[in-house]
Amino acid sequence: MPVVRLEYRNVTMRFADAKGGALTAVRGVSFSIRDAEVVSLIGPTGCGKSTLLNIGSGLATPSEGAAFVDGRQVAGPNAQVAFMLQKDLLLPWRTVAENVMFGVEIQGLPVKERQRRAATLLANFKLAEFSGHYPHQLSGGMRQRVALARTLAVDPHVLLLDEPFSAVDAQTRMVLQHDLAQTLKQANKTALLITHDLAEAVTLSDRVLVMSRRPGTIINEIAIELAQRENPMARRRDARFGDYVAQLMDRLDIAHTDIADAALERETETAT
Amino acid sequence: MTEGADSARLRRGTIASVALLVVFLAGWQWGPGALGIPSFIVPPLSTVAAEFVRAWQVYHLPLHTGVTVAEVLAGFILGSLLGALVGYLLGMSPTAELALSPYILALQIAPKVAFAPLFILWMGFTVYPKILVAILIVFFPVMVNVLTAVRNVDPDLINLARAFKASRAQIFWRIEFPSSMPPMFAGLRIGSTLAVVGVVVGELVGGNLGLGYLLTFGEGQANTPMVFVSIVMLTLVGGIAYVAVILVERRVLHYLPARGVERNI
Repeated sequence: MPVVRLEYRNVTMRFADAKGGALTAVRGVSFSIRDAEVVSLIGPTGCGKSTLLNIGSGLATPSEGAAFVDGRQVAGPNAQVAFMLQKDLLLPWRTVAENVMFGVEIQGLPVKERQRRAATLLANFKLAEFSGHYPHQLSGGMRQRVALARTLAVDPHVLLLDEPFSAVDAQTRMVLQHDLAQTLKQANKTALLITHDLAEAVTLSDRVLVMSRRPGTIINEIAIELAQRENPMARRRDARFGDYVAQLMDRLDIAHTDIADAALERETETAT
Repeated sequence: MTEGADSARLRRGTIASVALLVVFLAGWQWGPGALGIPSFIVPPLSTVAAEFVRAWQVYHLPLHTGVTVAEVLAGFILGSLLGALVGYLLGMSPTAELALSPYILALQIAPKVAFAPLFILWMGFTVYPKILVAILIVFFPVMVNVLTAVRNVDPDLINLARAFKASRAQIFWRIEFPSSMPPMFAGLRIGSTLAVVGVVVGELVGGNLGLGYLLTFGEGQANTPMVFVSIVMLTLVGGIAYVAVILVERRVLHYLPARGVERNI
């Protein structure tokens, strides 16, 4: 039986809202991700996807239930989990190599080992010649690749990715998706990917979990039975690719959702 | 191509700037005479230059300048350190900021130079009241900028560090402190010119040393050229302080796009 790397058991998260009441972001979420599996989480805006990510990385404590990494309950940030966001979060005063070393530096690895890891990762991502550059000298796609290298440098068992490529243009996104798919496969990493992009969910993952609107629960699970998870381009060309995307669209109920309603919801969220 | 356009613009700007200086100096030399303004109201450039030599030889201009420079330096350094320290402490403790903000605001609104006579009552005709006024006046821009900078650090950056299990000290030294550098230097620039104002007001109020004293001395003798000499020297001291801050800033903030720093001069 394959090892379970990340597990959510009956996780419920409530926040106090502005009027003093309680707002339930997610309710009774349970799922598990096996070793080296890549699972995507899709759902409408504000359904609590990011809340789940914060719980998994130990930055937030659920109101009920718990997250487990390698069978141990997550009680706070831990070295097995690393996350990456839509924002690259690169430190402008550090060079590319220094940014990649940020995590391992905090964790206190020997300098030689930090440098070795940064050099290896930057070479893998074809950024070796930019290691002495500062973030503002890089393009958005390159910056996001540096952020991915920083995430991998701490050698986590589980990667939590929150819409990592939603801020870059469509072509760059495809290149980055390819990089990510290759890296995850080669390094045998387990990943939970939050995305709005249904095609991205299908190209990158083994399974897709569909969440409902707030309070978010898992309403559906679809196994993506396409070959070559390490090759997003090949997957996109697969005849069944469109079927999967259509299937996800149906499950998300996008066709029936009042478009104005959805837009308003998004607006409210950015305002808060 | 933009580089060429930029350097051409820079050259044109420099030429215009120098031309303006020549026009100004010429206007100063011959303007008062041409307009019939008496020399005791606006002395021409040559008279002021002659007075400069006389002040240097007879009235210990180097000594007075040195004292003012030392007071400005001491006030600026101590005021900046204190401002930065309080800025970081308040930035990291919202409760403390909430409790102290009305008093800080009151002190910020109070005209700092008005404290000069009080400080002289307390400490006599020494250099200390001057330094104290400078400290007080430099404190605020530095503190407010550092405080705002610490407050405005992207919470996701802090979360990133926390996810790597960073300690509070690591978060401060690796994220909050470097994040606060650009706004802090903006505060230091303002502080460098304000320090001169604080010191001069202190010297005007009491004592017998410094350029501010020379200023009142010249005024008492109706020696307009000496007043001009003092003002020019004070401007020079403030200018050098400002440029010094910018030179340090360029070294420290070298990672920022160059134009950003250059443009703000």
